[in-house]
Amino acid sequence: MSQPAIEVSGLSKRYVIQHESRHDNLRDTLHHSARKLWRKLRWGTGFEKEDFWALSDISFSVQPGEVLGIIGRNGAGKSTLLKVLSRITEPTTGKIKLRGRVASLLEVGTGFHPELSGRENIFLNGAILGMRRSEIKARFDQIVAFAEVERFLDTPVKRYSSGMYVRLAFAVAAHLEPDILIVDEVLAVGDSQFQKKCLGKIREVSRMEGRTVIFVSHNLLSVRELCSRVIRLADGQLAGDGAPDNQIEAHLGASTATDTEVSFEKSERSKSKSKIVRYLSARMEGHDNWLLPFGESLDLQLKIKVEQTIGELEFGVSLCTAQGQEICSTLSIWDSDLGIFSSGIHEVFVRFPPIDLAPGHYQIGIGVKSGHGMEDHIPEALRFQVIASALSAERPRLYSIRGAIAQEASFSRSKSSQ
Amino acid sequence: MPTTELPTLVIEAGKAERNYWRDLWRYRELTGFLAWRDIKVRYKQAVLGISWAVIQPAVQTILLTFVFGKLAKMPAGDLPYPMIVLCGLLPWVLFTSAFNGAGSSLVGNSHLISKVYFPRLAVPISSLAVSLVDFAIMLAITLPLLMIFVGAPGWQLLLLPLFAGLALVIALGAGLWIAALTVRYRDFKFITPFIVQIGMFVTPVGYRTDFLPDWREILALNPLAGVVEGVRWSLLAGRTDIYLPGLAMSVVSAALLLVTGIWYFRRTEKQFADII
Repeated sequence: MSQPAIEVSGLSKRYVIQHESRHDNLRDTLHHSARKLWRKLRWGTGFEKEDFWALSDISFSVQPGEVLGIIGRNGAGKSTLLKVLSRITEPTTGKIKLRGRVASLLEVGTGFHPELSGRENIFLNGAILGMRRSEIKARFDQIVAFAEVERFLDTPVKRYSSGMYVRLAFAVAAHLEPDILIVDEVLAVGDSQFQKKCLGKIREVSRMEGRTVIFVSHNLLSVRELCSRVIRLADGQLAGDGAPDNQIEAHLGASTATDTEVSFEKSERSKSKSKIVRYLSARMEGHDNWLLPFGESLDLQLKIKVEQTIGELEFGVSLCTAQGQEICSTLSIWDSDLGIFSSGIHEVFVRFPPIDLAPGHYQIGIGVKSGHGMEDHIPEALRFQVIASALSAERPRLYSIRGAIAQEASFSRSKSSQ
Repeated sequence: MPTTELPTLVIEAGKAERNYWRDLWRYRELTGFLAWRDIKVRYKQAVLGISWAVIQPAVQTILLTFVFGKLAKMPAGDLPYPMIVLCGLLPWVLFTSAFNGAGSSLVGNSHLISKVYFPRLAVPISSLAVSLVDFAIMLAITLPLLMIFVGAPGWQLLLLPLFAGLALVIALGAGLWIAALTVRYRDFKFITPFIVQIGMFVTPVGYRTDFLPDWREILALNPLAGVVEGVRWSLLAGRTDIYLPGLAMSVVSAALLLVTGIWYFRRTEKQFADII
């Protein structure tokens, strides 16, 4: 009886990248074809086309009732795999067998219409996700209760707060009752309490009701909590398949040194009057890949370029939630005067003492000021993730610690002067 | 739920789903919901609501009566000229709004297409509903006017749904082409207003062709000519002629457009999510 719920064999998906720009209109295409023909006649070669294999030769199977996590870096093929599994796009080669009704939730609130009321959107969204009218009717009250929006059922969803919107959207999807549920990254939105509720619901769906779940997330913590098995993708290939802990460890270990240093060349900067000092790049010291274990200190090395000798520089660093809300910030003048900077490239170090930030994603904003005014300011300069460690079970997790940490943070210049 | 007989779905490269049409039938509720959404949103957002379905054709009737009836002095027979125009506008507005709707439906629903699976034909089909509602409203206003100014309708009125259906089939067939082409080439959306603009004059909307024997054959090459003449004939209880070769032309081209439209749509459908 135990036939796998999902069987994937030799699955590949190819995208063709054209090295001449994309052709969104007919004129471009005609123009391009003409040039291609000309080049062929003249030199015997057309424009280069490059094949990009978003997935190559993926095979795995999932048993009914299993919760399979899929992890991998951005661009590893996770989303493509889900799109192929949900029939949104066709595979290039390979075969997939799905036993049972499939529902996929690649985005929260797909098809919600802002002008329609909550009630109307429940029906619309349910139908889009593949529910029948009668099924939606039967579960209507449950959906409303889960979403906690009873009072606003007849309000257009454009007036909903983003939290209500997400709750309602997830509630509809959670009551789909498919045999196979495919969930992508949808829990990244919403507050932590609601995320917990969603995870609980997914767990209930799989354990109590024996449904199969495929779960993709960047949040390794929830993958670890939820999944009974994890497959790891890297560059479109299956890099690992097994117990969550092993796969997550392998995923973290697979970090390369190259993206540990972040360059600000393409970062969005606020407008600044003076351009004597510019931030070049940053590294997190002691930990790879911008992953900070819970309970450890955060050490940043900031590389700056100074155009002419300047003193009294004031460096500022702020820690924010992934949504951009500031948690705490610090200024170098609170701590020490870093002296005169001659023209050239310098390094500035910032150390935040052990911050018991709850595991999750955070951002760092950086700025530097001189007597001439703001020199350089990059509001969303860096991203890092606090990951669970042995300590995280013992200590309370802080989320908002404005001020407290900031005064303890310390600045220094190059290592030798420390 | 018995776990022993779960439906099995096989996804394989290059194989058009064999049960596409069954799927489309299974998703009929979605088609209905999408149509319902379009209708609801259309009348929710507009301040004047239903009156749009009235104001627009009213203004057009006055304008066309002036241009064709007064300036060009086209023959009207013994009928009031505005009534000739109104009966012509009814199917013409149905066609243009259905054609516009179907043509832009895919790009308008791109967020759905890139995130959820369903037979994509549901989108252009559901977009036809709004134009049908507008048609019904306009018809409800036209009929009493005809009773007052022309006289009671006859048995010919019973054939009206057939003509309206024919207009929809032509609109859907042409709309499928435009919809599928716009996904890849966005400039096809500029073709729709162009066709509509030209069509307004080469289709006997503002004039009747039974008094133009020299031009009748040429005008009948336009598939909509047969439809418009047919609607006018059925609304005016046979007071204007129906030109059968023209109607035959309409039926043949409607079938041709629909079949090729579906063929092209189905052929390109699988790439929609990748390129939209």
